[in-house]
Amino acid sequence: MNNILEVHNVVKRYSQHIALNDVSINIPKGVIFGLLGPNGAGKTSLIRIINQITGPDEGYVLFDGQKLSQKHIKEIGYLPEERGLYKKMKVGEQLLYLAQLKGLSEKQALEKLKEWFTKFDIKTWWTKNVEDLSKGMQQKIQFVATVLHEPQLIILDEPFSGFDPINADLIKNEILELKEKGSTIIFSTHRMESVEELCDHIALIDKSEKVLDGPKSEIKERFKTNTYNIKYSGELSTTSADFDIINTEQIEDNYSSSTIKLNTGTPVNQLIRQIIDQVELRSFGENIPTMNDIFKMVVNESID
Amino acid sequence: MKNILLILRREYLVRIKKKSFWVMTLMMPLLVSGFYALLFWGVFNSREVQRVSIIDESGSFTQKFKDSEKVKFEYLNLPLDSALGRLNQKRTDIVAMIPKDIVVEPSGLKIYTGKGVGFEIQGKIERIIQNEIRNVKLSKAGIDQKVLEDADVDVSSKVVVVSKEGEQKEQNTLASTVLGFITVILMFSTVIGFGMQVMRGVIEEKTNRIIEVIISSVKPFQLMMGKILGVGLVGLTQFTLWITLTFVLTTVSSSMLPSQQIAKAAQEQMSEMPQKDKDKIAKKVEQTPSDASKVMAFIQSAKNLNIPLIIGCFLFYFLFGYLFYASVYGAIGSAVDNETDTQQFMFPIMLPLLAGYLIGLMTAGQTDNKLLFWASIIPFTSPITMMSRLPFGVEPWELILSMSLLVISTFGMVWIAAKIYRVGILMYGKKPTFKEIGKWLFYKG
Repeated sequence: MNNILEVHNVVKRYSQHIALNDVSINIPKGVIFGLLGPNGAGKTSLIRIINQITGPDEGYVLFDGQKLSQKHIKEIGYLPEERGLYKKMKVGEQLLYLAQLKGLSEKQALEKLKEWFTKFDIKTWWTKNVEDLSKGMQQKIQFVATVLHEPQLIILDEPFSGFDPINADLIKNEILELKEKGSTIIFSTHRMESVEELCDHIALIDKSEKVLDGPKSEIKERFKTNTYNIKYSGELSTTSADFDIINTEQIEDNYSSSTIKLNTGTPVNQLIRQIIDQVELRSFGENIPTMNDIFKMVVNESID
Repeated sequence: MKNILLILRREYLVRIKKKSFWVMTLMMPLLVSGFYALLFWGVFNSREVQRVSIIDESGSFTQKFKDSEKVKFEYLNLPLDSALGRLNQKRTDIVAMIPKDIVVEPSGLKIYTGKGVGFEIQGKIERIIQNEIRNVKLSKAGIDQKVLEDADVDVSSKVVVVSKEGEQKEQNTLASTVLGFITVILMFSTVIGFGMQVMRGVIEEKTNRIIEVIISSVKPFQLMMGKILGVGLVGLTQFTLWITLTFVLTTVSSSMLPSQQIAKAAQEQMSEMPQKDKDKIAKKVEQTPSDASKVMAFIQSAKNLNIPLIIGCFLFYFLFGYLFYASVYGAIGSAVDNETDTQQFMFPIMLPLLAGYLIGLMTAGQTDNKLLFWASIIPFTSPITMMSRLPFGVEPWELILSMSLLVISTFGMVWIAAKIYRVGILMYGKKPTFKEIGKWLFYKG
């Protein structure tokens, strides 16, 4: 079984609207899976179903090939978008409590907590009340609570919100390390730059339906427009049916910049050959769509 | 089950560690035993001797004021000003000024004092004057005092409860009423108090947003039950401590007053009574008890009450009454985002609680009152109202019926509350209406 999680034709209805309409998603083991979508698309509903906070009205979910059930709860770690801890409880006690709810014994929990507290260098926080910590510190504690029981599947909803760049990096490295150790991570976010950086796979949900999914590289390939950006000095004109110049603009000194669309079937080298015959080339690059572009493209398309 | 216990433990420990818990737990027994001690000391304790100066302008009270152990009287033939001067110089404690026309204008009596005057002494002075005026008026009207004393029949009765077995037991309804009042008030306030704690706990988890983390680990029902049981256990802990501490403290405080001293104090009180009353007592032997012996009778009859049964029932009714209402409070907490939004839902819960409370207090002791009977059987009011009936004796079948109905409906209420809770905790934003909450009952998983 290569998929840690399979969502099959899940439908979730609320009294006024449908939150998920026949959504199927496969999440392979050991990847960082980006769950994307605009606000209100149904991401949280899906995450809640995976966490067994609510159940689907139709369809089913398989965890590691088995029907999702209560025993899988300890295999899942969940960091909700809206963070929360008991404010008047001591950090150490609170983490012990949350770990025990996930099925760890007090002893196991204590051992693992010691490791994390050493790793994050936060030993002095143990006896502090949560309300005395800064927001970023609380986020760290919550991250520890999410991964402490070493779950196979970790669901992170906007994990970087509220972190300064240094701590965001720290968490990012932890995520990568968890992946190294074999955990699968579902990563729900609006920040496309972190998707770009971290995700192997993505799925995009819009208006309760899955509109796109697959490995990130494949998706990028699919959305490629076959356009190239070149900078040069001299005069460039269309000399064959192999390419079109979409636009040209004058940049500093004698240089120009053009966007060129390569027509299907033409090898890139042939394009370069035709260009260097005409102008003196300064730079050449393929326009690969960013996740941001793809997101906007897909979501806007469905609006029209 | 393991999860419920984990949650229960947290809820319990968090509350037990609070300072306010210990303040409440220690305050109650101190207040109760303090009141108990005050009752004794107030009646029996002899204070220092008070010196009372009488200025008798009317001249009709010569030799009427007699010294006792606590009070020394002196007659002054001084104008009021110089008498008050003596008060300032601490040569006397109280100055009583009897005006000339006291017989015509009985409210003209004035008592001056530097530091306040006890009811006892004020009463004593008033009583002596009152008696004297009455005697004067009676003899003016030509009525013989003897005739009047004969006509002044003091009827008092003793309630004797006859059990089915023909056993007769004297019952002091005052002690039963007092105990009923105390337990009704205590039950009412603790059910609400601890119920509110559950509600606040639920709202806290919801506004904290920790709820989503927790219910991704445990079922909502487990979280709700863990919380309710945890807070309930705090309640039971508090009661146990209250009962133990109150018992210890009252035993200590009453042992500080040996019984001879009580008897002596009672006698002394009698000796202070005017001759007329004394005669009467001599005539009726002990049928007109003095204040002190009244208190003794009260304490004695309180001892006759089946305290272990009442405590046992109290704990039972607290446990289930609390579970019943705490699950409602929990459901309300889950439906709202903050405490202000709970207002509209408070009224429907307070209604049956208040009804039980008022019926319990107002019909206390009316053993054949139908309203009282039904209120003590129906689960919504029974935990509170039954408390007011218990000290007067309740038929076993009634108790069993009331308890079983309460247990069954508690399970029902928990079930309903869990359905609301499960949906409510994930709802944010809009304040729900009763109709919407009703719909939640039928939501699937």
